[in-house]
Amino acid sequence: MSYPIIFKEQMSEQVFALRVRAPQIAAGALPGQFAILRINEGGERFPLTLADWSAGEGWIFLVFQVVGKSTFTLSKLQVGDELKDVVGPLGLPSEIEKYGRVLCVGGGVGIAALYPIARALKATGNRVDSIIGARSQELLILEKEMEDVSTSLAIMTDDGSKGAKGLVTWALEEELKGEGADLVLAIGPAIMMKFASAVTAPFKVPTRVSLNSIMLDGTGMCGTCRVEVCGKTRFACVEGPEFDGNEVDWNLLLNRLGQYKQEEAVSYEQARSGCCRE
Amino acid sequence: MEKKKTLKKERIPMREQDPQERKSNFDEVACGYNLEEGMAEADRCLECKKQPCVAGCPVEVDIPGFIKRVKEGDLRAAIMAIKDKNDLPAICGRVCPQEDQCEKFCTLGKKGSPVAIGRLERLAADAEVAMGELSLPEIAPPTGKKVVVIGSGPASLTCAGDLARLGHEVTILEALHAPGGVLVYGIPEFRLPKAIVNREVEYVTRLGVKIQYDQVVGRTVRLQDLLANGYDAGFIGIGAGLPWFMDIPGENLNGVYSANEYLTRSNLMKAYLFPEYDTPLKRGQRVAVVGGGNVALDSARTALRLGAEEVFLVYRRSRDEMPARAEEIHHAVEEGVQFKFLTLPTIIEGKDGMVTGMECLRMELGEPDESGRRRPVPVEHSEFKIACDLVVMAIGTSANPLLTCTMPELKLNRRGYIEVDEVGETSIPGIYAGGDIVTGSATVIEAMGAGKKAARAIHRRLAGEDKEL
Ligand SMILES: Cc1cc2nc3c(=O)[nH]c(=O)nc-3n(C[C@H](O)[C@H](O)[C@H](O)COP(=O)(O)OP(=O)(O)OC[C@H]3O[C@@H](n4cnc5c(N)ncnc54)[C@H](O)[C@@H]3O)c2cc1C
Ligand SMILES: Cc1cc2nc3c(=O)[nH]c(=O)nc-3n(C[C@H](O)[C@H](O)[C@H](O)COP(=O)(O)OP(=O)(O)OC[C@H]3O[C@@H](n4cnc5c(N)ncnc54)[C@H](O)[C@@H]3O)c2cc1C
Ligand code: SF4
Ligand code: FES
Repeated sequence: MSYPIIFKEQMSEQVFALRVRAPQIAAGALPGQFAILRINEGGERFPLTLADWSAGEGWIFLVFQVVGKSTFTLSKLQVGDELKDVVGPLGLPSEIEKYGRVLCVGGGVGIAALYPIARALKATGNRVDSIIGARSQELLILEKEMEDVSTSLAIMTDDGSKGAKGLVTWALEEELKGEGADLVLAIGPAIMMKFASAVTAPFKVPTRVSLNSIMLDGTGMCGTCRVEVCGKTRFACVEGPEFDGNEVDWNLLLNRLGQYKQEEAVSYEQARSGCCRE
Repeated sequence: MEKKKTLKKERIPMREQDPQERKSNFDEVACGYNLEEGMAEADRCLECKKQPCVAGCPVEVDIPGFIKRVKEGDLRAAIMAIKDKNDLPAICGRVCPQEDQCEKFCTLGKKGSPVAIGRLERLAADAEVAMGELSLPEIAPPTGKKVVVIGSGPASLTCAGDLARLGHEVTILEALHAPGGVLVYGIPEFRLPKAIVNREVEYVTRLGVKIQYDQVVGRTVRLQDLLANGYDAGFIGIGAGLPWFMDIPGENLNGVYSANEYLTRSNLMKAYLFPEYDTPLKRGQRVAVVGGGNVALDSARTALRLGAEEVFLVYRRSRDEMPARAEEIHHAVEEGVQFKFLTLPTIIEGKDGMVTGMECLRMELGEPDESGRRRPVPVEHSEFKIACDLVVMAIGTSANPLLTCTMPELKLNRRGYIEVDEVGETSIPGIYAGGDIVTGSATVIEAMGAGKKAARAIHRRLAGEDKEL
């Protein structure tokens, strides 16, 4: 099987979007699920969230930030190039029910993961008030799409170049102090999700986050993705990726995300200096 | 006839790579017999009329028959005789625990060492490759029936191969990007070269079996849907791949791996060739592997080859209770793996998020438990530490519920393994299962035996004959 790229877009300096032909995955995909990719024969297996899909047209939409060798290599591929493997849909789908008022908080590339969930929540009759943020205007993605699936949309940038100046967690706190919410969904860098959870804790609002632990097979066979929730070890690839943010051991997750820092630096350097294998 | 010959008590030894050299490379440890050695070994066989060895073989290879051909120096005839029953001879010749199977029943074993049946099987299989062209058996004309096989481990490969020979259209769906199951992600290169696995998988595809990768059945597709959409029967051979941890403090520190992860990174993803291959793997200087089976030994010996200065095998019972093959224990000792018997880790210690050591208790053996082995019990106040920078947990695996939880009608036992009847059929008519997902972790050849049995039953079903009661 092959998985050709049928569309490519650069969303910001480091963020790219690809539409990949994968009819089987598109046919079964649900909000909150992800796929595992292997670009070429020597490539590693790494996860990306299904940001969108069309069962009818047989494609999935992936949005990723270049952070190391695999995402760098992926960003260099062009329309017509093929990925060696794309496996999915993996993970448990997001629970979509009628909750009432849902605050959808997205940071950086996490907005792409948030988008299909917000869309489904809105379609189910929830009031979806979204807060998205990035370091600056240039780095903000999917603003238009999020606007379309939200009852209201607030934008935060670190430098104030777009929307209000500040962090999404500040805006979240204001909303909780004000009108409150029935559910908070926070997806972004681990550190953002950690602080978003800390913000919601005193308000006792159910808080869901999507954990991006390191993964390998994505089927529960290796345990590389393990996280601790409520003091119990869980495999994020099959029991997640969504968990209760107030029960996650964030320091453990952050530590485990850094497990291969040295090796990743070697790989990235090798990729950028162009000596990577075809 | 048999009496006239003078019995040669001892088997011909097999050449091996020198332990000091091999512990730093991933090349195969055992070198195999050459023709001359093989013929000499085959000559020891008494060609017993009762064929006790065959009764010990889960796939019923005509052992004296193939050995006779080796004796005569006709390796092509020998391999044809083996492949009549076994599609994966080069694999079995390397990893089967023959000492518990065919060789255990060999008449010669009563007075000396049994015939080296496994080594002769390997010789014949490797010789065929050396000769070039693989010979294919006769394949029955197409029956028009379609069978879907889930997983591509030894159970599935055998089931699929046998059904293809009988003329059925067989498709294997595999979750990973490569075929072979544990043969490719678990068992290391130095015991089972991946080129050999690929070669035998290719043989199965030459029989007509199609393999599709990236298919996580239960997520990518549902088995029920496949059966509703054109497949006439299904076989589940998904293994028992869910790794156990000990549930002790510190187990999620960086530097603690399940054996499945450690071996998958090294074998399937070729992390031992990092950075030529992208997947990273921590290379410890002092590695502690917890467990006493083949999986633990494979992990320990992999750690040595990845450059560890010291590797400890930490096992809560004693050497006599180790479930690993004697030959592999011997190899590990030769290579310098240090055994810490009667030792139970209780805490994994770390600094800055990374493993620095294990706190352990000494054990002593008490009364026998349900497995018949003496139960290890902790000695009071016997705490001690093992300094290490990597820990590999090789304490077992169990059934992965990923597929089975999507099929509520599928009957499972208490521990989550699939229940089957005597021919391998599950509680859902037309769906069969075999291998580790039925028995729990077992052996390659037992998984193959289960695949074979199910293939027979599936064939009977498809041929329209009623299932025997
Ligand atoms: C369920 C899930 C969904 C994700 N969805 C997206 C997404 O939609 N868009 C996006 O940009 N990123 C997503 N990620 C993160 C993405 O997988 C990593 O950024 C990517 O693997 C980095 O690979 P690299 O070689 O480019 O960088 P590396 O240099 O290998 O690593 C950079 C960082 O990425 C993390 N990482 C490395 N390898 C893996 C791996 N195999 N699995 C997971 N994380 C890893 C590490 O914490 C590391 O610090 C997701 C992660 C998970 C677990
Ligand atoms: C490290 C190690 C060393 C071993 N050494 C030996 C030895 O020396 N000798 C010996 O006889 N035995 C050995 N064993 C045991 C032996 O390998 C197993 O008993 C045997 O492989 C079981 O075969 P199987 O076909 O049941 O499953 P497996 O070999 O486990 O294969 C199952 C396959 O199914 C796939 N799969 C799982 N879920 C799904 C799904 N939902 N959809 C699609 N595909 C799926 C998996 O990816 C895998 O490829 C060893 C095991 C290990 C782990
Ligand atoms: S039992 Fe041993 S000696 Fe007898 S036929 Fe089998 S292999 Fe030969
Ligand atoms: S990625 Fe292997 S178990 Fe989750």
